[in-house]
Amino acid sequence: MRPVLEVTGLSQDFGGLRALSDLDLRVDANEIVALIGPNGAGKTTFFNCVTGIYTPTEGKMWLHHADGGKTLLNGRKPHQITALGMARTFQNIRLFSNMTVLENVMTGRHCRTRAGILGALLRDPRTRREEQESIDQSYALLEELHLQHLWNDLACNLSYGAQRRLEIARALATEPQMLLLDEPAAGMNPQETNELEALVRHIRDTRKLSILLIEHDMSMVMSLSDRIYVMEYGSCIATGKPAEVRANPRVIKAYLGESDA
Amino acid sequence: MDIEFFVELFFGGLTRGSIYALIALGYTLVYGIIELINFAHGEVYMLGAFTALLVAGVLGVYGFPFGGILIVATLAAIVWCAAYGFTLEKVAYKPLRGAPRLSPLISAIGMSIFLQNYVLLAQTPDFVPFPYLLPEMPFLDDLAVLSPSNFLILMVSTVAMIVLALFIRYTRMGKAMRATAQNRKMALLLGINADKIISLTFIIGSSLAALGGVLIASHMQVINYNIGFLAGMKAFTAAVLGGIGSIPGAMVGGLVLGLAESFTTGYVSGNYEDILAFAILILILILRPDGILGKAKVQKV
Amino acid sequence: MPRIAKALLCAVWFMLLTFPVMCIQVNSIDNSVHWHFERALWLGCGVFVLALLWDWCFARKAKGQPIISFGHGLTRLAANLRGDPRCRLGGLSLLAVGMLLMPLLSSIYQTNIMIAALLYVMLALGLNIVVGLAGQLVLGYVAFYAVGAYSYGLLHQFLGWGFWTCLPVGGLLAVLFGLALGFPVLRLRGDYLAIVTLGFGEIVRLTLLNWPSLTGGPAGISNIPRPGLFGMDMDINASTIYIYYLVLAAVVLTIVVISRLKNSRVGLALQALREDEIACEAMGIDITRVKLSAFALGSCWAGFAGVIFAAKTTYINPSSFGFMESAMILSMVVLGGMGSIAGVVIAAMILILAPEYLRAFSEYRMLIFGAIMVVMMIFRPQGLVSGERRRYSITALKGTASASGQGGQA
Repeated sequence: MRPVLEVTGLSQDFGGLRALSDLDLRVDANEIVALIGPNGAGKTTFFNCVTGIYTPTEGKMWLHHADGGKTLLNGRKPHQITALGMARTFQNIRLFSNMTVLENVMTGRHCRTRAGILGALLRDPRTRREEQESIDQSYALLEELHLQHLWNDLACNLSYGAQRRLEIARALATEPQMLLLDEPAAGMNPQETNELEALVRHIRDTRKLSILLIEHDMSMVMSLSDRIYVMEYGSCIATGKPAEVRANPRVIKAYLGESDA
Repeated sequence: MDIEFFVELFFGGLTRGSIYALIALGYTLVYGIIELINFAHGEVYMLGAFTALLVAGVLGVYGFPFGGILIVATLAAIVWCAAYGFTLEKVAYKPLRGAPRLSPLISAIGMSIFLQNYVLLAQTPDFVPFPYLLPEMPFLDDLAVLSPSNFLILMVSTVAMIVLALFIRYTRMGKAMRATAQNRKMALLLGINADKIISLTFIIGSSLAALGGVLIASHMQVINYNIGFLAGMKAFTAAVLGGIGSIPGAMVGGLVLGLAESFTTGYVSGNYEDILAFAILILILILRPDGILGKAKVQKV
Repeated sequence: MPRIAKALLCAVWFMLLTFPVMCIQVNSIDNSVHWHFERALWLGCGVFVLALLWDWCFARKAKGQPIISFGHGLTRLAANLRGDPRCRLGGLSLLAVGMLLMPLLSSIYQTNIMIAALLYVMLALGLNIVVGLAGQLVLGYVAFYAVGAYSYGLLHQFLGWGFWTCLPVGGLLAVLFGLALGFPVLRLRGDYLAIVTLGFGEIVRLTLLNWPSLTGGPAGISNIPRPGLFGMDMDINASTIYIYYLVLAAVVLTIVVISRLKNSRVGLALQALREDEIACEAMGIDITRVKLSAFALGSCWAGFAGVIFAAKTTYINPSSFGFMESAMILSMVVLGGMGSIAGVVIAAMILILAPEYLRAFSEYRMLIFGAIMVVMMIFRPQGLVSGERRRYSITALKGTASASGQGGQA
């Protein structure tokens, strides 16, 4: 398979604390990979490194393109990485609360549109066409994520589940080839979790993109992922298909403690 | 280089610096606990100077013994400023806990403007002379470089800072303050009454500002409603210079700023004194926002 | 009952608190004391009423009810003005006719006041880009105003340049200053940014004050010419009316530019920056560029306003550009509603015109400005006018009932 995200030897230090140590990870095209592990294992730190919010201490991160080329992500700013085709959601939802649902998604179109200040002032036909396209594409995304009836509401007035979906819609609006989801099912009830699972699958199948997700809901992780990475104390302790990971004694130890192993 | 001139500037700088440090402590204490730049803190200092002036005036007119005036006026300034600080927090900041970060700052700016104009309207827009209240100190005559007011300012502010440091370090309330500053949620879980701690912080900070106000007013011998703005900005600069949130930082920052100003005035020109303070403020915030003694924080995502 | 007891307690507390400053006046020349006990009484009554009001407002706020309800008629009028295009057009043309006829029907004195108010509208709208849309609290905005005013003053004094040359140059110089300030402060958080910009504003003012060979120091620059019109000779009245129309046109232009900007791709990016910087970056928005654009656009308007101000007063000095001026402009943005164009225009008009026409009130002007900032933050942080939302037309929805957005709520 063609890789999309390739990370080798990634380490991140905060002062004297090593939050990530020598992590290797790879996500292939059209693959759903889960990143699991106890709280504080470094999963979100990993996301922050890959998306350019943190500058890793050591290691290399590559994003591979469909045409076979690859780009080194180290040292790039978050917005450049997004423009290269990597989008993410946040563990503690970070929507633009006082903007409408549609505007939230339109903001995601920013890096795929061009109009500048001059265009905004003159409102020439090209700017208007681009804007209308952006509106319609954003609305189509809302339909896909079953949010279309809420399009003119403020994001802060949405229910928790709808906010999580809106974050995904906003991330998809950037046209990623690699989507990072940080605990998308957190705070959802079993029915919502099932719907989310179907939605993630649908996104992968229709868009042919790769998904890396952090999740604590094990039943969802086991049925959804093609592969799983298990982290503990900043390093990867196991990797493989769900069935292999489930049977791995180190994983069982990390999750359940010594006596149950 | 003239060594006597140097020593004079040095002590002048120390004097200024210790006043800045006294006011800076108020900024730092409040910032440490609720992460708010209490923009109206300079106004509390100005109110301290005015309260002392008015009380001293009344006592003087009604023939109170000279030696006692300074003490009574200072105590009155401290009590009233503590009350002003307490009220300020209850009215303008407490209703905004949990609001977006900029809301309390805007409220603080509003309060600062309000208090300035309150004094302007109730008293006068003009400069008023501050009565000379200091006792004679003949033993200073040998040290030509140190005037009585300089000496008093240095002594009083040193004592005040030592008392504060001991209070924070050893008393129950002081420990609760430190705990709240480190982690407000955890402190709440441990049964610390955050509201009380915040009020206490404002009371302590305002009392120190009042002390600073009385000292500087008796040194400069003239005050007006507007002195709080510049003094407040400079004290804030001192707090940032030392590392905002850090108590020793405020003291170090105050002294460094005071000395820097004094030497610039002495060796370069008095015109640049205020520009210097603002330039230091900007440079520190841009280049090393955690100050000399502050610790860098990792941004949470 | 407990409420009344609480209000009484508040009244007593404030009477004691304000006792020295309110009730004692010492005259150091003839060494006498004037007591003003009546002030304490008035203050106590005032505080009692305000405390009851304060409590009532909190109760309303806790229940989620609006604190000010404008009455049914006014609400409907506002909704109509927003929703019904004909009503909107009618209202706007009425306003336009009123504004156009104003200087012809009233005295020069009134016209001068209106010019001042319109200049503040321009400044407040400019600051609204930076603070209201982009969420960057700038406290030294008046520095850019000063740059505009002094660039006209100095370019005229030393090079003899005229108003119409200086207008774009002043705007451009203000933009350069905005960028010079913007670059170093890119990484700063909200409250630090506020303080750094305040320091910047003060440095600009102090420099103007302490550089007499260039700026004239505290005396400033005088004899700045009023703008000309094709070399016509105008007396002071005609010239004032001319400036009025000039400022009016500038304000209209500002409103058009800012409303277009607000609803554009750049405008969305600015608002996203205000809402959440990290998420904004994660959406592929270059926040460096967006922040600098906000600074540049905001300072540009201040520069224009400064040039016009210099031309209007013909005399400038550093005391017009202090922190209080910045704070006043900020309070207009806060009162009007961050990001709301109509709100900021209304607020600027109220805050400038009310003290002019209510003379008794004018001494208390700054006191009230301060109080407004506190009260608005506590009870109505969204400002007088909020929920100004753009209507989007979605191709997929054309022809269905909800073809255009339902508009916002007041």
